[in-house]
Amino acid sequence: MEISAKTEEQLRIVSVQDARIDAACAIEFKDAMRSETDGGPDVVVLDLSRVEFIDSSGLGAIVAAMKHMGADRKLALAGLTPKVERVFQLTRMDSVFSVFPTLDGALEELGN
Amino acid sequence: MSRNVPSRSAGAQTFPSFEVSLLSSDLAVRDALARILRELDPLSLDIEETGTVELVLAEVLNNIVEHAYPTEAGGGQIRVFCQPAQDGLHVRITDCGAAMPEGHLPLGRAVEVDVDFSELPEGGFGWFLIQDLAKDVEYARVGEQNRLSMRLPVGIPA
Repeated sequence: MEISAKTEEQLRIVSVQDARIDAACAIEFKDAMRSETDGGPDVVVLDLSRVEFIDSSGLGAIVAAMKHMGADRKLALAGLTPKVERVFQLTRMDSVFSVFPTLDGALEELGN
Repeated sequence: MSRNVPSRSAGAQTFPSFEVSLLSSDLAVRDALARILRELDPLSLDIEETGTVELVLAEVLNNIVEHAYPTEAGGGQIRVFCQPAQDGLHVRITDCGAAMPEGHLPLGRAVEVDVDFSELPEGGFGWFLIQDLAKDVEYARVGEQNRLSMRLPVGIPA
């Protein structure tokens, strides 16, 4: 599981580099998210534009990452590809996160 | 019905069945899903249909790895038999691990999302997704074997 992060203004962008967040890498993903979000800005945008597939373990790991950040901070999702978006819609977890079609759109809305 | 030779244009009708087997592990599941999707290539499923097949089978196989073979590090055999038909893709998955709790399928209720932040679910999505997307889901314990069968409504000729 490879993720990269950069801090821009008052928010942090975390980009998943792998094509899948699934049972084989869900724990690794959670750990990587912890180290990228702990002690950072309150707003984190998770860029999922390279991710083509998530299963329920991957979905659970994203929820766990948000809960680990705490209720006072915000984890937004950006760039969901069709199969990933469908998993969020089917489980209604799209109502739990702020979801943006593109990373640029998310930055425009959440930045400054 | 006379025994007509199925027409070429009927796609699914002439598409052969196939079996993919794996030894239970998370990474083997990934590999098996890729093999199954490759076998289904000639059906020219659209992206939503491909997503349905990949997601449902991922959930089924992950459950077997996690719950039927919890202690077999890379040991337990899983077989996935796929038969494309007019009414969709018929799938049978067998393993020789632990039986389903109480011998029947989980209900697969939708998770509750209108809850406090700290109560948000981190799991329990799997059986809901299976029951939501697959049809005719049936489970039987036959001797030492778990047999799960279902129909995925994909590749149905217009």
